[in-house]
Amino acid sequence: MNGLARGSVAVVGVAESELGQVAAGTTPLDLMAQGVVRALADCGLGLSDVDGLFAASTQLRFTTMALAEYLGIVPRYQDSTQIGGSSFMSHISHAMTAIEQGLCEVAVIAHGSTQRSLSRATASPREFNPYESPYRPMLPVSAYAMAASRHMHQYGTTIEQLAEVAVAARRWALLNPVAWEKQPLTIADVLKAPRVSDPLGVRDCCLVNDGGGAIVLTSAARARTLAKAPAYVLGVGESLSHASISGMPDLTQTAASRSGAQAYAMAGVTAADVDVALVYDAFTINTVLFLEDLGFCAKGEGGAFVQGGAIGPGGRFPVNTNGGGLSYCHPGMYGLLLLVEAVRQLRGECGVRQVPGCALALAHGNGGVLSSQATVLLGSATD
Amino acid sequence: MPSSAGQYFSHQPLGAHMIDSQFSWFDLKTESPLATWQAHCREGRLAYQATASGRAVFHPRVVAPGSGEPLQWRISTGLGTVYATTVVRPRDAEPYNVALVDLDEGFRMMSRVEGIAAQDVTIGLRVCARMVEESDGVTRPVFEPMAAL
Repeated sequence: MNGLARGSVAVVGVAESELGQVAAGTTPLDLMAQGVVRALADCGLGLSDVDGLFAASTQLRFTTMALAEYLGIVPRYQDSTQIGGSSFMSHISHAMTAIEQGLCEVAVIAHGSTQRSLSRATASPREFNPYESPYRPMLPVSAYAMAASRHMHQYGTTIEQLAEVAVAARRWALLNPVAWEKQPLTIADVLKAPRVSDPLGVRDCCLVNDGGGAIVLTSAARARTLAKAPAYVLGVGESLSHASISGMPDLTQTAASRSGAQAYAMAGVTAADVDVALVYDAFTINTVLFLEDLGFCAKGEGGAFVQGGAIGPGGRFPVNTNGGGLSYCHPGMYGLLLLVEAVRQLRGECGVRQVPGCALALAHGNGGVLSSQATVLLGSATD
Repeated sequence: MPSSAGQYFSHQPLGAHMIDSQFSWFDLKTESPLATWQAHCREGRLAYQATASGRAVFHPRVVAPGSGEPLQWRISTGLGTVYATTVVRPRDAEPYNVALVDLDEGFRMMSRVEGIAAQDVTIGLRVCARMVEESDGVTRPVFEPMAAL
């Protein structure tokens, strides 16, 4: 157990910045600042209330420094933890610690990316690894492709089952007005799309978008005085397992099994209690791996679990109701947008894609090449 | 055999756990893990590291992961099994293989399997390392199916 007090802190404001494709010259800081001001407006707070600043971007070396200057604030506490797409779940854990310890009272977590405008390679340059880069893996997709190859080999998972993940995401996206993708997608479409890194094709891979957003956290006591219903932080967990894919001990087993177990233990719940799961679907295999490692099905049964539209609208269990990184938006590091959707589901703000009676939401972030895993459990009540 | 320059492994295994150094701390003013490994490659040897208890370590580093103890260089037989594989399909170039290979001595590395079509590389395939001097002037290991040797 981690010593944090379940439900001591809540997410009180959430916002997306402009998503998809933004105007030429827009910077990641422009998107972060837009998200911060919108998220503060969402809960009735202002910039002068913010005394804790958390942010991550692939395009800024000193992210909180740059954002604090842009916003004109002097935070008492700040943290630019950068572990890829799961950074923002990690920030929640760190913000919760800081708020509990009195290091700050109102924390903002922000992300912004212009990777569509600039190109992925420009926005997220990769380090040269002398033991991998010369073999020219197309990263990150080749790493996830090899994980898929291994999952298919060990468990008989099929490309049709992976395609189910993309189709479910698309069906959810068609219910989300701000989703990037607007056209229906079939399993046949996914299978006939050009391969990028076998067995993964274009439709198994996430979008490359501009975008960002922000969320606001404060103590549970203050949260109850604000505009919207609090989304209490009931459980957090984070774990690293490797940095390069050749260092991953078992390509079918992610550290989500550890981060998830930590979060469930802190919250005193199990996967069976979760009403909606938002998991980081950079590639179709991710959803399969995370549903297994977070306990929604047994190891090796993720392919069967997603079959037959089971995780789409009207299915057995709602997953990635915003349309996911596959069909809604993927701005470089997608984790922040998973948290936005989790809070909106708990508040009942999701319109035609709303999960009825949603009281417990799981948001799971992934970074690098299945390298960093961080899980957050949010609830509409603390009891 | 392909005509690439560089030195080749014998088709006969070199003998596992061939030891090339004592356990010692790196003097990073005079040697680095990468330069030492690459020097072995230029001599046609696939080097890896091991702990005193015999646990294999790769990528090369200055201390053993998990324990911080010094490491010893050893030479692999170059025999291994494909653990995971993909075919990379660039938009404007020929497809090629990228694989993770589990060497018989107990370490894993990224490489590619040559000598068969990229899509015919399968998990479980037995492969043998071969050193190739590549276009960047660096000699590094690639693999070929055992059956093709």
